[in-house]
Amino acid sequence: MAVALILLLVAIGSVLFHLYSPWWWTPIATDWSYIDHTINITFWITGFVFTAVIAFMAYCVFRFHHKEGRRADYNPENKRLEWWLSVGTGIGVAAMLAPGLVVWHQFVTVPADATEVEVMGQQWQWSFRLPGKDNRLGTSDVRNISPENPMGLNRDDPHGQDDVVIENGDLHLPIGKPVKVLLRSVDVLHDFYVPEFRAKMDMVPGMVTYFWIRPIRTGTFDVLCAELCGAAHYQMRTKVIVEEESDYHAWLGQQKTFAELSGRNAVVRATYQSGGK
Amino acid sequence: MSAVILFLGVIAVIAGWWLSQQRLTSKPWLEEGSIHDFPGTGAMTWPAAKVGLGVFLAVAGCLFTLFVSAYSMRMTMVDWRAMPVPKVLWFNTGVLVLSSVALHWAYIAARRGDMDGVIVGLLAGGTSAITFLAGQLLAWQQLGAAGYFVASNPANSFFYMITAVHGLHLTGGLVALGRTTAKVWRQDAMTAEMRLSVELCTIYWHFLLLVWLVLLGLLTGWTNDFVDICRQLLS
Amino acid sequence: MVDVPYDGIAGTVVPPAEVPDVELYHPKSWLTRYVFSQDAKIIAIQYSLTASAIGLVALVLSWLMRLQLGFPGTFSFIDANQYLQFITMHGMIMVIYLLTALFLGGFGNYLIPLMVGARDMVFPYVNMLSYWVYLLAVLVLASTFFVPGGPTGAGWTLYPPQAILSGTPGQDWGIVLMLASLILFIIGFTMGGLNYVVTVLQARTRGMTLMRLPLTVWGIFTATVMALLAFPALFVGSVMLLLDRLLGTSFFMPALVEMGQLSKYGGGSPLLFQHLFWFFGHPEVYIVALPAFGIVSDLISTHARKNIFGYRMMVWAIVAIGALSFVVWAHHMYVSGMYPYFGYFFATTTLIIAIPTAIKVYNWVLTLWRGDIHLTVPMLFALGFIITFVNGGLTGLFLGNVVVDVPLSDTMFVVAHFHMVMGVAPIMVVLGAIYHWYPKVTGRMLNAGLGKFHFWVTFLGAYLIFFPMHYLGLLGVPRRYFELGDAAFIPPSAHSLNAFITVVALTVGFAQMTFLFNLVWSLFEGEPSGGNPWRATSLEWQTPETPPGHGNWGKELPIVYRWAYDYSVPGAAQDFIPQNQPPATTGAVQGAAS
Repeated sequence: MAVALILLLVAIGSVLFHLYSPWWWTPIATDWSYIDHTINITFWITGFVFTAVIAFMAYCVFRFHHKEGRRADYNPENKRLEWWLSVGTGIGVAAMLAPGLVVWHQFVTVPADATEVEVMGQQWQWSFRLPGKDNRLGTSDVRNISPENPMGLNRDDPHGQDDVVIENGDLHLPIGKPVKVLLRSVDVLHDFYVPEFRAKMDMVPGMVTYFWIRPIRTGTFDVLCAELCGAAHYQMRTKVIVEEESDYHAWLGQQKTFAELSGRNAVVRATYQSGGK
Repeated sequence: MSAVILFLGVIAVIAGWWLSQQRLTSKPWLEEGSIHDFPGTGAMTWPAAKVGLGVFLAVAGCLFTLFVSAYSMRMTMVDWRAMPVPKVLWFNTGVLVLSSVALHWAYIAARRGDMDGVIVGLLAGGTSAITFLAGQLLAWQQLGAAGYFVASNPANSFFYMITAVHGLHLTGGLVALGRTTAKVWRQDAMTAEMRLSVELCTIYWHFLLLVWLVLLGLLTGWTNDFVDICRQLLS
Repeated sequence: MVDVPYDGIAGTVVPPAEVPDVELYHPKSWLTRYVFSQDAKIIAIQYSLTASAIGLVALVLSWLMRLQLGFPGTFSFIDANQYLQFITMHGMIMVIYLLTALFLGGFGNYLIPLMVGARDMVFPYVNMLSYWVYLLAVLVLASTFFVPGGPTGAGWTLYPPQAILSGTPGQDWGIVLMLASLILFIIGFTMGGLNYVVTVLQARTRGMTLMRLPLTVWGIFTATVMALLAFPALFVGSVMLLLDRLLGTSFFMPALVEMGQLSKYGGGSPLLFQHLFWFFGHPEVYIVALPAFGIVSDLISTHARKNIFGYRMMVWAIVAIGALSFVVWAHHMYVSGMYPYFGYFFATTTLIIAIPTAIKVYNWVLTLWRGDIHLTVPMLFALGFIITFVNGGLTGLFLGNVVVDVPLSDTMFVVAHFHMVMGVAPIMVVLGAIYHWYPKVTGRMLNAGLGKFHFWVTFLGAYLIFFPMHYLGLLGVPRRYFELGDAAFIPPSAHSLNAFITVVALTVGFAQMTFLFNLVWSLFEGEPSGGNPWRATSLEWQTPETPPGHGNWGKELPIVYRWAYDYSVPGAAQDFIPQNQPPATTGAVQGAAS
């Protein structure tokens, strides 16, 4: 009796905790609300199954616990019941999987008009690179890295000269524009993680990975590293600021390009101008 | 990982075939009574050591297939530089084939009860296996002398690692072979136990020969060409 | 080795089960009886004690981690490096050196020969070696606490490049010894695993068909087959990582900057390691889960005095889960940067695995329906298992569904999920199984009052630890963080929740002392149990002696006439019929005897 009651309370308590606890996901800042919806669908289906199974179990314990003279039924199997339960489970699983795959398709399909932004992780800081006027990021290689060239850009690539380089700073993004975030690491695995964005992806040395987002809310958001990257993993922080387009351009105008930073201004400007024509 | 998935697929087919003989759809609660009503569902009749060897070969096969999988994934990266195959490998392959043939000879002799034939087969098999191992070391030495070090390119790293793992398996086999030879040497007549030992050594040798041929195909790039041809045929 | 008359490949052989007097290894001294023993029952106890000892170390590590997480900045003796070392060693020990070793080396060794009616494992000498290699692996692992630089802090997944670079604690000795220990463990396990598989295949007693096996044997057998095929992937990964670390090869190591300097490495693929690791790592989850599934089925059936509902479905589900678990590994890698279109395939296979798993859950609770439920301590733990497993299994549907995994991966949600499903749930089964089989091993009952106290504190406590933890993850709290620090999205209440979890975790941890006390006290003072205190049907309860003697069965091997679940059969005098009891009709008895 007491056992059945406690088991039932565990189930009810879990549901109440889910409904009334103050801990829930952060307000979303991109239009990945589809992901939240999929999680909600999953919560509904799994919550139902959880409560049903535990309640049934508690009822059995209450109703059929040992008393003097009780004898269990002899019931090896019930094919029909088992098949019905399997089919029901299959439908439940499909109801979770189908929206999941549809949203995943959106997640991996980057809109053609997305602008590229590069995030580079290194132990234990973040750097960013935005394309310059030509709207293209130049090539890079970890072998080019030096104190003057911390992101390892290719000096011979004309597309790279006008790239805006932000070493160990904050990233600004304009609201409402799709952004393809290209991810790169120069040492170990990192993961560019902004809880409000929902999207995240590991950064793997030797590869460029990506995800895409469309910010829908202005504000300042914490960037954390979500893939263990060594002793100061927990301190690898920066901020992303989503702002109105005009503010964004004002900020962008103050940033330095690769050419300006690398101290080859004269030569590079000439290259850039000839490339611009 | 396609190689290892393929390998596990084969294992799954074998396991599925065996399970299909075991009356897994029967209703055991209705089948009270003696086993004689259900022939073929009792314990396996092969000796334990032979079943054990079979299971071990599946494990070792999985291990080598995983090396093959890792090899095929790593070789698509840009820094891969194929390595020349030392000529001595062809000689080694021939010796390993001879070793397998000698053991098979010993196995046939054991079935006939021909003690001398068994001894000759076992000794010939053992000697040629040792020659093979020495030849592999020679190949390492030649590669080292030519400047192909273990860390200078992933192709080299794989070559050294895979040959070492294969060599270690063969060395382990040599221990079993040595014990079997000693056993046969001390006895006058063939016993069932000795026949089994010779048989198990033979199976293991054939397995290692097969593994070596697959690895050789991989290291020389033939497997690659073969896969390419298959792909072209399919597309 | 069992000596069997044999004549060649195609020859007919008398199965060992029908050989009346099997030549056994006979211990001659105290040393060969209790230390270098080749008796599977002694080896099982050696495995269990060693696994529990190293498991206690991992438990203490978890307390230290919880102290840091619950009260950051309070304990000056824990720094960020040590924190990473604690999480790494805790995870690795719990998953491999405790759970795998305990379920397969401990329960497998003790129960398989007894349950299939064999005298011992088929290769007792190799079985003994298996334990000693395992012990060596444990010692090598434990030694990393004492080497310069301490144990590795790479996380239990040991991902390169980080695992072998200088930004990670334990980079010089810790990681090398960890990999060496894993390689040893795999070699030792393979020796044991061959035994478990071949014993089930080849040494079943007369009448013990596959469909008469208790589900415990099915679970352990399938898990062992999986482990034999999955551990080679970890072996290959470990060897290659070791070569990268020691010889400077670049299997997994791309060109990278190590502490501001361009390293000697170049061209390798960190994802290659992840594929190898998870090709082992996902089956590993089921290597722990399947024995638990099997054991809990038997606990429920025995203590509800009712046959397990849908035995055939249960067997098929075990086999199906075992096979499917080899094609889902990349669901651990949805955000690893692998080719994103793999996500469709792996999400689908992962969610399909939910169906056979759900069937098992339904059949457990349906076994309770119209049963005669004795709320013994093993039964309580079985009920606790069902709740925690259902909870952890359902959150697995979140993480397996690729796009839902994106926000939740690498957060405390994942930590809560896998602790619930492969930490708490299997431990519930381990504890329940110990209460269940302790009388067979020692001849005495464990104290039931202490046991009930132990159950409620452990079950409710563990649930209070891990259920709320999911919501920290939902909030966005990342895992493997030494401290959260300031982040706008983390409210102060989350820190209070962390402190609460720590307090509960310490309480649950200390409550285990009552269990240890019970184990020792009952050994001397426990109520004598007799041979079959739970009135169970399966063979291990029908041994002529308790604890079973060397060779298990006295002169004659038992003969099996029925499946393992003849509980409450209509018309039978008692509510159980042992597997080796001949049918009532005389004709069948004669048929068996002829």
